[in-house]
Amino acid sequence: MLRLAPADNVAVATAALAAGQSARLDDTRLTLLDPIPLGHKVAVAAIARGEKVLKCGCPIGSATREIRVGQHVHVHNLKSDYFATFTRQQPAVVAKEPPT
Amino acid sequence: MKGYRRQDGRTGIRNYLVVAYLVECAHHAAREIVLPYRDRGAHLIGFAGCYPNAYAERVMKRLATHPNVGAVLLVSLGCESFNRRDLAETVRRSGRPVRTLVLQEDGGSRATVAAGRAWVEETLPKLHAMSRSDMQPGDLVVGTICGGSDATSGLTANPAIGKTFDWLVDRRATAIFEETNELLGCERHLAARAITPELGEELAAAVLKAERYHRVLGHGSFAWGNAEGGLTTQEEKSLGAYAKSGSRQVSGLLKPGDLPPRGGLYLLDVVPDGEVRFGFPNICDNAEAADLMACGAHMILFSTGCGSVVGSAVAPVVKVCANPETYRRMAEDMDVDAGRILEDRGTLDEVTGELIDRVLRTADGEPTASESLGHQEFILPYKSFEPIGPSCLPGGPARE
Repeated sequence: MLRLAPADNVAVATAALAAGQSARLDDTRLTLLDPIPLGHKVAVAAIARGEKVLKCGCPIGSATREIRVGQHVHVHNLKSDYFATFTRQQPAVVAKEPPT
Repeated sequence: MKGYRRQDGRTGIRNYLVVAYLVECAHHAAREIVLPYRDRGAHLIGFAGCYPNAYAERVMKRLATHPNVGAVLLVSLGCESFNRRDLAETVRRSGRPVRTLVLQEDGGSRATVAAGRAWVEETLPKLHAMSRSDMQPGDLVVGTICGGSDATSGLTANPAIGKTFDWLVDRRATAIFEETNELLGCERHLAARAITPELGEELAAAVLKAERYHRVLGHGSFAWGNAEGGLTTQEEKSLGAYAKSGSRQVSGLLKPGDLPPRGGLYLLDVVPDGEVRFGFPNICDNAEAADLMACGAHMILFSTGCGSVVGSAVAPVVKVCANPETYRRMAEDMDVDAGRILEDRGTLDEVTGELIDRVLRTADGEPTASESLGHQEFILPYKSFEPIGPSCLPGGPARE
């Protein structure tokens, strides 16, 4: 995985990763709670609801729920501060509950 | 590197014969004329609308006198609003062979197609016989677009295009980026790169105009495919898109049809001015290509993650594939495998070197992947623009 700037609370997967897999991030490892497709984002710090998600050191939107380290960060838990993201499969991407 | 010297001093990297329909009603006849000559350098462009539009007439004049174009055949229905005489006169004054066919005056579909093909048959050998003159990298005008972006676009292909832009600008070439709606969130950083503070304010204002426009329409520049590819928000997409502009200072702000007066990096504002009219500013990637070509772009560096297949009429498209999985599925449609950076099969500098080499070979006549596959997409929508302000080109505009 790749953290694009030191302040980022997400990293990106440079290959598809499976849930439960231990993935390398800089000098440490973290356990993935969700499957992460290539290029998608993983939380590498706990993110509170309403907190800005940082990638490349820049805010890319706000968390819509609490996000734990190792969880997939995407349209189910992150929203734009500019425009609502269009989803052509609306029911499929909402209400993805965190694993218990 | 060699190209086709034109009367206006510009040099083309192709010598196409363009057949242009001036309303959708003439599209069929124009397409039939082109069909047998599609692989011999005849390209189809046109404007579908019947109502007059100053933007469309300006873009069509620029495309009909584009450096990559050597001859022009206009196909009119007859009663549409497009000013065909003015367009034909502009082409004639540029020193290019031009012919106008009017379906209502020339005997309808079959006779017009036959007359058109006869003219193409007679004109193509003259174009093929034209000799080429020396050309330098500094003579190039290169545009960039991303289409079908995913989360890899901003990691691999877009930074490689940015570094290629730096290389071109350092050699006094002209590099043009656009997609102001995909610079949202980057506008202050962009403004600080302008050669004058006044230009910086114009650049930031262009991005904020795009935001207002998209807000009224209720949809940013974000397709569901972008989200499937791992991009979650408009501002995340912007971060990646912005990387295509490289790191050099911005020399000016253009609108479609403005010719960059000298080498350097330019932002092209493709979002219409005034009240929101005519719908989305860029209904698809090829609408952006038309605007870049109207500013004289010889070729377009096209970054794609999800995997776009498009090419373009008039200007070759160099496809830079950001995603290694996409590249494996669609290698034949791609020119550069930038996604290999993610699999440690190459560095950003190596991919940039390959892209620069591809740009120079394309300029020298080597067909790109989409050219070889026969792609010649073209679309020109309705838009309206105010002229650029005096701060937009600090060194003054180009002489016409």
